[in-house]
Amino acid sequence: MNRIKPVYLFLSIIFALTTLSNSAFGTETVKIGVAGAHSGNLASYGLPTVNAVKMVVDKLNAKGGINGKQIELFIEDDVCKPEVATNTATKLISQGVNMIIGHICSGATKAALPIYRDAKAIVISPSATNPDLTQSGDYPNFFRTIASDDAQARTEVDFAIDVLQVKKIAVIHDKGDYGKGLAEFAQKFIKESDKAEIVLFEGITPDAVDYSAVIQKIKRFKADAVIFGGYHPEASKLVTQMRKKRMKTLFISDDGVKDDTFIKVAGKYAEGVYATGPADVSGNPITQAAREEHKKVYNESPGAFFENAYAAALALTNAIEQANSTDYDAVGNTLRTHDVATTFGTIHFDAKGDATGIGFSMYQVQDGKYVQVQ
Amino acid sequence: MDYFIELFLSGLTRSSIYALIALGYTMVYGIIGLINFAHGEIYMIGAFTALIVSTVLAIYGFPFFAIVALTVLAAIIWSSAYGYTVEKIAYKPLRNAPRLSPLISAIGMSIFLQNYVLLAQTSDFLPFPALIPEFQFMEPYAHIIGSSDLVILLTTITVMVLLTLLIKYTKTGQAMRATSQDKKMAMLVGINVDKIIGITFIIGSALAAIGGVLIASHIGQINFYIGFIAGIKAFTAAVLGGIGSIPGAFLGSLILGLTESFATGYVSSDYEDVFAFSLLVLILIFRPAGLLGKSSIEKV
Repeated sequence: MNRIKPVYLFLSIIFALTTLSNSAFGTETVKIGVAGAHSGNLASYGLPTVNAVKMVVDKLNAKGGINGKQIELFIEDDVCKPEVATNTATKLISQGVNMIIGHICSGATKAALPIYRDAKAIVISPSATNPDLTQSGDYPNFFRTIASDDAQARTEVDFAIDVLQVKKIAVIHDKGDYGKGLAEFAQKFIKESDKAEIVLFEGITPDAVDYSAVIQKIKRFKADAVIFGGYHPEASKLVTQMRKKRMKTLFISDDGVKDDTFIKVAGKYAEGVYATGPADVSGNPITQAAREEHKKVYNESPGAFFENAYAAALALTNAIEQANSTDYDAVGNTLRTHDVATTFGTIHFDAKGDATGIGFSMYQVQDGKYVQVQ
Repeated sequence: MDYFIELFLSGLTRSSIYALIALGYTMVYGIIGLINFAHGEIYMIGAFTALIVSTVLAIYGFPFFAIVALTVLAAIIWSSAYGYTVEKIAYKPLRNAPRLSPLISAIGMSIFLQNYVLLAQTSDFLPFPALIPEFQFMEPYAHIIGSSDLVILLTTITVMVLLTLLIKYTKTGQAMRATSQDKKMAMLVGINVDKIIGITFIIGSALAAIGGVLIASHIGQINFYIGFIAGIKAFTAAVLGGIGSIPGAFLGSLILGLTESFATGYVSSDYEDVFAFSLLVLILIFRPAGLLGKSSIEKV
C-alpha cells in the first residue's frame, strides 16, 4: 500500500473540492454511490467493484452520460464493518446520492440498508449474499447481482453428496453473519437430503492462533469432508494445519475462500480445496470485453466480484436511463420489469430483489489456480 | 485415551504460544507495575521483521539454516530496539505520573504501532515462509504433533529455564528483583534503575520476537492485527497466573491453553472462550492476585 504524503492528500482534497463545486454549479449530474471495503483485511473483495463501476461510468460519460447527464461517482469506504457502514450510508445520503452500488459484505450491507430504505435510496450489491436481505421482504430498496447464500450452500452440499459421494460431513463456521448463515443452510440441506450425516457442527473463533483442537475433533469423528463457512484467513489456517497432520479430509468452502489470497497464503496446502464462486461467464462477449478493458486500464486481471459489480453498474445505469430519472419508485420498477444485458447474460430482478439467471459453480485449486470443476 | 493425548498436545502448543507472549507482560508489570499494551505489537513487529529479512535472504540464495538463524537474530534485535524505544519515549517520562497515565500511553503506543505497520506495509494477510522445517524423524508422529508444535514447545521450556536462571543467579537478575521490590531503595544501594528497566523491556521484547517468528511460521500468515488478538489472550494468561510472577505466566498460559483445547474437544469450540473466561473469573474470585501472584494493597 502506498504511503500518501499529507501534502498530496491536502492538494488532492482541494482539487476534489474545486472539481466538485464546478460540476455542482455547472450541469446537473446523476449521482451514483459506490460503498464497500476499500481498505482493511477485506479490501481485495471491495476494490474490484470500484474499478468495475468506474469503467462502466467512464464509458457512459464519454458517450455523453445518461440522457445527456454526466454521472458523478461518490466512493465511500466501509472497511466491511457494520458500525462504519452506517456512517458511510448516512454520508452518501447527506450528499444527495440515492443510487448506490454496494455494500460488499453482508454484515455491513445489513447495517446500512435501513438507512437507505428510510431515505428512499436504491441499493444494488454485487456481493452481499445473506439470504435475509432479500427473502425477509424488509428491504424493497435492495437488489443484488449475486446468488444468495442458500444457493451457494445448495451447490456445496449437492457437490459433496452427489459428485464427491461423501457420507460424513463436518460443518465448521467462523461465527460471523456470512459464515454461520452459510453453515446453517448447509446443515439444513444435508439433513433434508438424507444421504449424508453431519458428524460435527461448530463455530471457531476467528483470528485464533491455533485450530488444532477442533481439527483433532474432525479427525475423531472421521469426517470425509469439511464444509467451511467463512473467509480465507481462517480457511487457510484450518487447511494448513489439517494437511500438516496428514489428514486427507476434503475441504469444501465458499466464495469467501475463492480468492487468490487464499492460494497465496496456504501455498501447497491449498491444492485440492473446493470452493464455490459465481458461475464462469468467460464465454459472454460483454464479460470478455470488460475483462480485456480492465487488463488494458489497470494492467492486471480483475479481482473478486468484478463481473457482479459490472453487471450491477450496467443494470443500474440502464434502469436510470429507461426510467429517465433517479426517482426511487421509477428506477425500482424498471429494475424489476426490464431485462438488461450484463456480464451474466440477460437478467432482471424478481419481486424480492434477487437476479434471475445468476448462479454458483464449484471450483477446485489445481496447480495453484482455481479451476471450474462443475 | 489417544484423543485425550491429542487434545493435551494441542493445548500445550497453544499454552506455549501464550506463554512466550505472556512473559513480556508479566516481566514489565513485575518491575514497574505497568500493563504494557504495546507488547502484542512488538510481537507483531518481530514477525514482520522476520518476513522481510527471510525474504531478502532467500533472494540472495542463503542456505536454509543461515536464513533461519539470521532471521531470528534480526527479529530479536529489531523488536528489542522497538521495545526499548517505546519505553524511553512513552513510559519513562511518566514514571512518576499517576498510574493511569502510562496505561493510556501504552494503549496509544499499541494503536500507533498497529497503524504504522498497516500504512508502512499492508493491510492484507501475507504468507509467511515455513522457517520451521518438517523434520524427517517426526514423520511417524506427524498426525499427532507437528514439527512446529514441537519446536514451539521446546523453545518455551528452554526460555522458561534460562529466564529463571537469569533472575535467580545473575547480578542483573538480582538487580531486577531489587528494582521490583523497591525502586528508591534499589537506587540507594547503587542500582541503575533506568538501565535495569531498559534491560527488562529488551528481554521481554526479545521473547516476543521469538514468539512472533515461531507462531507466524506455525500458522503461515501474518497481518498488522495479529499482535492484538494474541496479546489479549496472553495478557489473560498472565493475569490468571498472577501478573508480575514469571512461573505464574507459565502456569496461567498452561491452564488457559489446556482449558481451551479440552473445551473444544469435549464440548464445542463455540464455547471455547466461555470456558476460558469463566475459569478466569472463578480463579480471580478465590485468588484475586492470580494463582501465583502476591496480593498487596494498592491504590489504582
